[in-house]
Amino acid sequence: MDQHILQAENLSCIRDDRVLFSDLGFTLHNQQVLLLEGKNGSGKTSLLRILCGFREADAGEVRWCGELIGDEQYRADMAYIGHLDGIKKELTVLENLKFSLALAKVGDCSINDALARVQLAGFDDMPAQALSAGQKRRLSLARLLMTDNVLWILDEPFTALDRQGIALIEALMAEHCDRGGMIVLTSHHELNLPTVDVQRICLS
Amino acid sequence: MSLTAAFFAIIRRDLILALRRRSEIANPLFFFVLVITLFPLGVGAKPHLLQAIAPGIIWVSALLAAMLSLDSLFRSDFDDGSLEQMLLSPHPLSILILGKIFAHWLVTGLPLLVIAPLLAVFLGMPSQALGVLLLTLLLGTPVLSLIGAIGVALTVGLRRGGMILSLLVLPLYVPVLIFASNAVDMAGVGLPVSAQINILLSMLFMALVLAPWPTAAALKMSMN
Repeated sequence: MDQHILQAENLSCIRDDRVLFSDLGFTLHNQQVLLLEGKNGSGKTSLLRILCGFREADAGEVRWCGELIGDEQYRADMAYIGHLDGIKKELTVLENLKFSLALAKVGDCSINDALARVQLAGFDDMPAQALSAGQKRRLSLARLLMTDNVLWILDEPFTALDRQGIALIEALMAEHCDRGGMIVLTSHHELNLPTVDVQRICLS
Repeated sequence: MSLTAAFFAIIRRDLILALRRRSEIANPLFFFVLVITLFPLGVGAKPHLLQAIAPGIIWVSALLAAMLSLDSLFRSDFDDGSLEQMLLSPHPLSILILGKIFAHWLVTGLPLLVIAPLLAVFLGMPSQALGVLLLTLLLGTPVLSLIGAIGVALTVGLRRGGMILSLLVLPLYVPVLIFASNAVDMAGVGLPVSAQINILLSMLFMALVLAPWPTAAALKMSMN
């Protein structure tokens, strides 16, 4: 298994003349989870968007395996699920997943397997707009299973999921870490990952 | 997956989407037909005047129809997060964007080409100009889509970008309008039009090569 490392140094983010965070740094290795905590508006999503390369940090830098993020390799190694789920409501579940697969690095898990894992089997031909909010969330998480990404960046992955759904996603996250993956996530939900090394950063 | 597969996947997806929300195809086409059919009513019974201004009417309507359809190019992808996922794809964004623009042209530009000869006859355009009209539309409307994409990419993050979009894009549309309608005019009186066609062709190639990069860069900025 390849070793990967995500490093952030002296990151700071200023939004509308308000310093959200400054001098923030962390190092994340394979099989680790980084949980960002903090109040609403404390900059969790901004930090995730900096890690994705959507936003530039006002100071500091983020490195993936020693290279500044933003290159092709980083984009091939990471996957992001944000507030917006990136699902086209006019397309069916299957069409949505096929399109996501065309844009990313293909993993070992087939579309049907991924749907079965998130308990959406049998919904293939359903238009995505007919899904409930929780089912849409599962669909966007199914994308992570099909594609081969080391780093998962998840913004509030548990919103709209029921208790069983949360347990399911936690199991998938633990499995991803066991296989050498790493996860950065924000969550208001208490994370239940006993087998995984979880780092916490509290933004305030 | 390979870049070509991703390119065609985007085109395929956008065409399926356009088929499922048909108003996207119908709106610019409807506008185009409506404007052109209203002109004879407004101008009155002056067939010679109509014939003289026909190339201008058709091209101005095509240009406005193209502008009307621009906003739909990235709007829904921006709103539902699909654009974020495209930005994060390991494939070069400019190629993916080119696929989107091509699909958009197939949906909004190509129908104009199909209906234009009928409307040209309706305005009394001489039949020897019809071929040139089609050729200018074939070369010109993709340029409109490509240049428009830069403008939309810059304004998609704004809440009310429509006004700025037209201010940004219209000046860049003017050369296409001038050369295209002039070519149709000249063809109508039987003069050679190869110079105008060549200029339109070079505009198309330049736009094909040069427009996707600023569009991709502008989308990255809009994502911020």
